[in-house]
Amino acid sequence: MSDPAVWLPFTFAALMGLSILIYVVLDGFDLGVGLLFPFAEPAEHDRMIASIGPFWDANETWLVMAIGLMLVAFPLAHGTILTALYLPVAVMLVGLILRGVAFEFRAKAPSAHKPGWDRAFLGGSLMASLSQGFMLGLYIMGLQWTPLTVGFALLTAVFLTVAYSFIGATWLILKTDGVLQQKAVGWAQGGIWGVVLGMAAISLATPLVSRRIFDKWFGVPEILLLSPLPVISAGLIWLLWSRLQQLPAPNDRQAWLPFAVTIGLFVLGFLGMAYSFYPYVVPERITIYEAASAPESLWIILVGVIVVLPMILAYTALSYVVFRGKATRLDYALVEPLPPPDRR
Amino acid sequence: METLLLSRIQFAANISFHILFPTITIALAWVLMFFKLRYNATGDAKWMDAYMFWVKVFALSFALGVVSGITMSFQFGTNWPGFMETVGNIAGPLLAYEVLTAFFLEAGFLGIMLFGASRVPGWLHTLATFLVAFGTTLSAFWILVLNSWMQTPVGYEVREGVIHAADWWAIVFNPSMPYRLMHMLLASALTVAFLIAGISAFRRLIGDRSAAVLTTLRFGLIAAAILIPVQIFVGDHHGLNTLKHQPQKVAAMEGNWQTGPGKPLLLFAIPDAELRENRFEIGIPHGASLILTHSWDGVVPGLDDYVAADGTVLHPPVFAVFWSFRVMVGMGLLMLLVSWAGVWLLRRHGAQDLPRPFLAGLVAMSCSGWIATLAGWYTTEIGRQPWLVTGLLTTKDAVSDVASGMVLGTLIAYLVVYGILLAAYVGAIFYLARKAARGETLPPEPRLGLQPAE
Repeated sequence: MSDPAVWLPFTFAALMGLSILIYVVLDGFDLGVGLLFPFAEPAEHDRMIASIGPFWDANETWLVMAIGLMLVAFPLAHGTILTALYLPVAVMLVGLILRGVAFEFRAKAPSAHKPGWDRAFLGGSLMASLSQGFMLGLYIMGLQWTPLTVGFALLTAVFLTVAYSFIGATWLILKTDGVLQQKAVGWAQGGIWGVVLGMAAISLATPLVSRRIFDKWFGVPEILLLSPLPVISAGLIWLLWSRLQQLPAPNDRQAWLPFAVTIGLFVLGFLGMAYSFYPYVVPERITIYEAASAPESLWIILVGVIVVLPMILAYTALSYVVFRGKATRLDYALVEPLPPPDRR
Repeated sequence: METLLLSRIQFAANISFHILFPTITIALAWVLMFFKLRYNATGDAKWMDAYMFWVKVFALSFALGVVSGITMSFQFGTNWPGFMETVGNIAGPLLAYEVLTAFFLEAGFLGIMLFGASRVPGWLHTLATFLVAFGTTLSAFWILVLNSWMQTPVGYEVREGVIHAADWWAIVFNPSMPYRLMHMLLASALTVAFLIAGISAFRRLIGDRSAAVLTTLRFGLIAAAILIPVQIFVGDHHGLNTLKHQPQKVAAMEGNWQTGPGKPLLLFAIPDAELRENRFEIGIPHGASLILTHSWDGVVPGLDDYVAADGTVLHPPVFAVFWSFRVMVGMGLLMLLVSWAGVWLLRRHGAQDLPRPFLAGLVAMSCSGWIATLAGWYTTEIGRQPWLVTGLLTTKDAVSDVASGMVLGTLIAYLVVYGILLAAYVGAIFYLARKAARGETLPPEPRLGLQPAE
């Protein structure tokens, strides 16, 4: 591993994977909140928006980071992947545009337009979620466009969308209370199948598509070493299901648990996929080592990453600490509002 | 139409739409910081009113800038894979540093800047505002480094057809970077100055007599009057820098076909690419020589020098560059006239008694910065053609082989979305202005009877 031509591409693949994972978790709950809009009363929309308002922009930046790392570290792969995914990428981009601007317009445009921007928020979230799920499925299918692969991609599109709405619901359980929180528990109960079926579909399809991946999972001793992954996943799903029956609990206990466990599930699913596809960045065609940029350029970026990434994580954490607790009305005011009675 | 032309139109549409919003947020972030510091220092409510109005415009512009910018980063891969494959070793680190140092900084602190004032100590809110402003400017720095390197590439070496970085210092501080960066930052400041002056004038015209609107009207006019001569000076030097490093672009800007001394400054002409000459020329004798070389009989480069022996044209399309340049310069001169007249009227009548026709003129100038900025970018970007990276990579060699029907379909989708959003954006700003003029604040969102954090 002392050869930079080996460990630099590996490091960058890991960073890219980490960015995608962080994006899927963080923007996953943003998009999920958008997907749940039609199930809530219009009066509840403001509070749902308030729960993600301070965060969504930074969350979306992880997508720029992920695509940027692919762009800079694996220039030979990014063209192949993105031209194969031309249409779903365009759908996602238009979706992200609509979702992002609807946030602002719904609060600033004339109130008669607000229902329209709420629809744009839902529509944009739906377009982005479906297209991301579609791209995931097509990537697993080796970026081929055949009726079978497109059919599978359509399935993963639905599963990922439901999974996003699920993590969105668990976020709302954490960030709201009262009637909205009770509704969010119901939404989570209704959406957990998306997570289960999505993980199952990917777990079943991936080894079937490639003999190489099949052997990586079902050879001996791999199958023994890897068995904790599905076992832990099943345990987490059981934990989620049983806790969701008991929420909301008195004193808001364990309101954080569904969201935290869902993150765990996303991480496990992601690790499984990363294990399957390594060392390929374009499935079964181009490895990360073949696609990597010149080591000198990767060095320059790595220095920046080592210096800046801890700072990014620190001020991301700061933002979540500042806006911790239940979501309250968002306000641009410079002066502090009247202190509520219970504040010391 | 073929994929190349459609992809170019698509990229142009995306980047034109995108640049509108950073042009506002880069300078407006600093203006908000200024309003906040004035409020802290004086305690005068008018500064807070000004902040509260313009922070809404900022939040809206920022959201549009972010989402339209994401489109850009994907376009490299979906439509222009040859770009990163050839110059990725240089463009990659520059883009990565933009994301790492700028995007995360501005996005990370935006939440605290917009919504956090009641949740964090005052110094932290001021710091967050500063970091957002700094982040937007830093983002402009990185992207202008990359764009300038594409215009005037240095510090590289070619190995097996792929560009490698040889000297990062030279790459970052490439010959056109300081000029282009200054020119763009000033363009942003002028755009915001005229936007603030125009919207404030609009509020005056519909009867807003608040102290805040008088203050911002004065602020916009004075800022514009100070900055526009600086911009003209910087722009002139940027032009001389271009003459040195990209003479074919200057030849197209001047509509000059044959190299020679004592060339006129053309005020009007219709450059004809077929005949390789201008029709209906009206010019000031020796003007171009005087401006470009500071000498009566200075030699001005001509387009005919940039045609290869086999007839391949190696200079940009003339008509578009010639006229974009004139629109930009014309708008700049109009800005000079309006802002200086404005300052004179301010001295004579005071902000509260500016004549109504002048206020109406300011409203009409609200988006003048956008027009000048777009025209300037068209001049420099079309002026780089047929190259994507001057001398190293042509635009046609970088395009993807995606089917033209797909590019056309996505292009139409983008144009429809952009058209709607642009109308909604301008509409929302004037709606916010009318509401502020009536003394209303944000729409009466239901108070969410909740306990605060903890």
